[in-house]
Amino acid sequence: MALQRRSPAPGDGPAGLERRRFLGYLLAAPTLAVAARLGGDLASPAPAEAAIPGLPGVADIVDLGDALTLAALPTSGLIAIQLNRDGTVSFAVPRAEVGQGITTTVAMLIAEEMDLPLSKVGVDLADARPELIFNQLTGASNSVRSLYTPVRTAAAIARARLLATAAAQWKVDAGTLTARDGVIRSRSGHTATFGELAEAAAGVRTEEATARLKQPSEFRIIGKPTGRIDALEAVTGRKKFTMDLQVPDAKPTMICRPPTINGTVRAVHNLAEVQAMPGVTDVATVSTGVAVRAETFGQCIDAVRALKVDWGPGTVDGETDETVEAKLRAAALPMAVPPVLTESVEAEFVFAFASNSALETNCAIADVRPDRAEIWAGLKSPIVAQEEIAARLGLPIPAVKVHVVTGGGSFGRKLFADAALEAAEVSKKMGKPVKLMWHRADDSRHGRTHPACISRVRVNHALGNVVSYEQRHTSVATDFGHGLGEILTSVAARLPVGDLTFSETVFTLSTSMPYNFGVTTQLLNEVPLKFHTASMRNVYSPNVVCARELIVDQLAAKMGKDPLEFRRGFLKDDRLRRVLDKAAEVGDWGREMPEGMAQGIALHHEYKSVSAVLMEIDCRPETVNRKIRDAVTGPRVTKAVCVVDAGLPINPAGLEAQMMGCVNDGIAMALTSSLHIDKGLPLEASWDNYFYTRQWNTPPELEVVVLPATTGDPGGAGELAVASAFAAAACAYGRATGTMPTRFPINHGTRSFDPKPTVPPVPESPVDGLNHTF
Amino acid sequence: MSQHTFIVNGERVTVDADDKVRLLWVLRDLLGITGPKYGCGINVCKACTSHINGKAVNPCAVPVSAIGPDDEITTIEGLADPETGELHPMQQAWIERDVAQCGYCQPGQIMAAIAKVKQARSEGRDISDRDFDEIRNICRCGTYTRIREAVKSAASRM
Repeated sequence: MALQRRSPAPGDGPAGLERRRFLGYLLAAPTLAVAARLGGDLASPAPAEAAIPGLPGVADIVDLGDALTLAALPTSGLIAIQLNRDGTVSFAVPRAEVGQGITTTVAMLIAEEMDLPLSKVGVDLADARPELIFNQLTGASNSVRSLYTPVRTAAAIARARLLATAAAQWKVDAGTLTARDGVIRSRSGHTATFGELAEAAAGVRTEEATARLKQPSEFRIIGKPTGRIDALEAVTGRKKFTMDLQVPDAKPTMICRPPTINGTVRAVHNLAEVQAMPGVTDVATVSTGVAVRAETFGQCIDAVRALKVDWGPGTVDGETDETVEAKLRAAALPMAVPPVLTESVEAEFVFAFASNSALETNCAIADVRPDRAEIWAGLKSPIVAQEEIAARLGLPIPAVKVHVVTGGGSFGRKLFADAALEAAEVSKKMGKPVKLMWHRADDSRHGRTHPACISRVRVNHALGNVVSYEQRHTSVATDFGHGLGEILTSVAARLPVGDLTFSETVFTLSTSMPYNFGVTTQLLNEVPLKFHTASMRNVYSPNVVCARELIVDQLAAKMGKDPLEFRRGFLKDDRLRRVLDKAAEVGDWGREMPEGMAQGIALHHEYKSVSAVLMEIDCRPETVNRKIRDAVTGPRVTKAVCVVDAGLPINPAGLEAQMMGCVNDGIAMALTSSLHIDKGLPLEASWDNYFYTRQWNTPPELEVVVLPATTGDPGGAGELAVASAFAAAACAYGRATGTMPTRFPINHGTRSFDPKPTVPPVPESPVDGLNHTF
Repeated sequence: MSQHTFIVNGERVTVDADDKVRLLWVLRDLLGITGPKYGCGINVCKACTSHINGKAVNPCAVPVSAIGPDDEITTIEGLADPETGELHPMQQAWIERDVAQCGYCQPGQIMAAIAKVKQARSEGRDISDRDFDEIRNICRCGTYTRIREAVKSAASRM
């Protein structure tokens, strides 16, 4: 098949890797369809030279995203795009869209390589496809990294095939044709739209095909700030989330949950009474509580509140913040390097449990029949969900259809299919379709949490050099039961030994040391307590990096150096130095500030991307004590500057949006948001208890600087700046108050709310809404 | 069960529902109007913010029996011009600034922002930081900066 050759442009670098042809498949189909396979290439950052070189850590060479990219290699070829007769292109991305913008990014890649307007590219979310094995996990900021080349390859082959088809029809050389905005033109005046060629260009049998990809200098869409393709749907209410879908007879369903984590139902005392309540159609005991199905969710709430249940004990009933902290401290691994002939800085940092609850609570629709089941949910690991549901229902895997629905946020929550598993169980038990939603109180108390952890750091230094850096991170076990997206690894991750290995693998692959601090060891130990845990955006890094950057500030102070200059001097990597310098420049580092205010600066690299954040904080009493109704105020971050180098920013506008979210997450983790554990259950039951950043906390001034392409390869970025933002807020707070904070969030010791009851498990909806209109 | 009649997005509707069922569930579960989102059910997250007779209201905290036959409920679906389909300036500003990330809270954010701008205007002033401190809608994606920019931009066009 004749393929269009693109002439190289100046500045595109040497021929070789970039100019090689990429392999894909022309598929036998009614209209043009192309599949592609090929993973990313490993690229390790060049080691920098300064001070006492630290050996590159594992994460400096191969990180978690690489591991996932490698895992995805054998099956990437199954990603296919299709050209429709109307000239539009369809692609079902095997990832979840939870707000991070992956559908927009992928649409941009396709539009770029096909020379098609963005508006002609439709990107949907693929159903669970078990044949993809590893390649259907959304996590570790890995989606763009693993899809970048395969998607572009398929699009480039499709474009070349269209040119070849037109050339054959017009009996001209394909090299004389141009394609622009979905139209092919010849020098002699022939034109044809992609849609007109869709059938003629289709493959009659599946065969290999190759194409060259555009050089960066040819990009017209990649690198250009682009609005989200679902923006109109979002602002008109037309964007559909799981609970907005109308599945016949799938009625609202809620669970009455126990007052402790993993408590069980011993007996229900008033089943008949609740069954007779208005609107209630079914009540059934299930493994997680008592399920109620009704005409409206309001009636579900009333029924849940009316249920009188005798509950058996849970798995962590005796645990409180204090007992957990004591267990963590007891499990900490020892330091290895004694401070002999050196001075040392040592500190311990305690981090409370935090919630990864999204604004959309856990929810799913399930329609389970004797011989089949159909599930709708926002799922980042849909293959595991499908296989586990099939196993629990006793159905063969192909009999369970799992639709991935756009999610209302994830932050790690949607790695697990808790609601989908539950909905399937309830639907089977009731013999009816159900639209199951967790109440916010359940989502906060029984939903998964970012586990409490303690990070201990010891640094030995002498004569202006750092000789050793040791970090011992001890955490309540994080559940990685979602594995790498497929049931076999998922099961392995749930074995006691397997999970430790898996956690350590994730820790090792995600924890990096950007400074030349001599002998460096960073180790994880986990305490296996049976809380409901999961990764939260940026997993271990926010805590690990916050501890590290605070210690760096201490070291700088002890050596009499400015925090910025100290960091510059010890950084291994020029990319990091560049983002740091840029943040300092844009944020006017070192400017005069009033007593009680200060700047903080911190950095982080992960996912082959780097970020630096500068924050200014106001800790003056008039700010800390300002009153806003039913709000936690406290120290205010008044300004934040976030600089990001993502290697190759595909959509700078999307990247900026992600950094804005990371900044607000980091501020929440540093200052206001945590769970208080009492009798094994978080006391926080809603957004008036859990103090995620609000308008009155967010920095009035925020500047995000997206650096132009550096490495030429897209790094991950969805979570990148949570760690650097958390650390910057903590460092700023330490410098403003003159005391290094060691417990996070800083207000965790003050409980700023009255806990809601645990029985009944959900609060009543108020009736005075008309008194609060404005 | 009793019958309740009111106006929603310009159309008079009658629904059968228990008096105490909150308006949010009447809209979502009985009428299929899903723009207003559930986020807490206790009037603290504000994801369901809609308008009643032009003022911001949270239907999760209003029993349907409290709504009269002449009350006009507007949800995000009813915001665009019904004749031309033209978006409200706030919706346009939201698209221009590409505010939404996951989008779940955004219908409520837009409805609250419009009411806040109108409120400030009725008090003879422009929207300011003080007003933003009173916007209680939570966004877990953290889109606050772009919300502020979009609201200020839309206010000049409203």
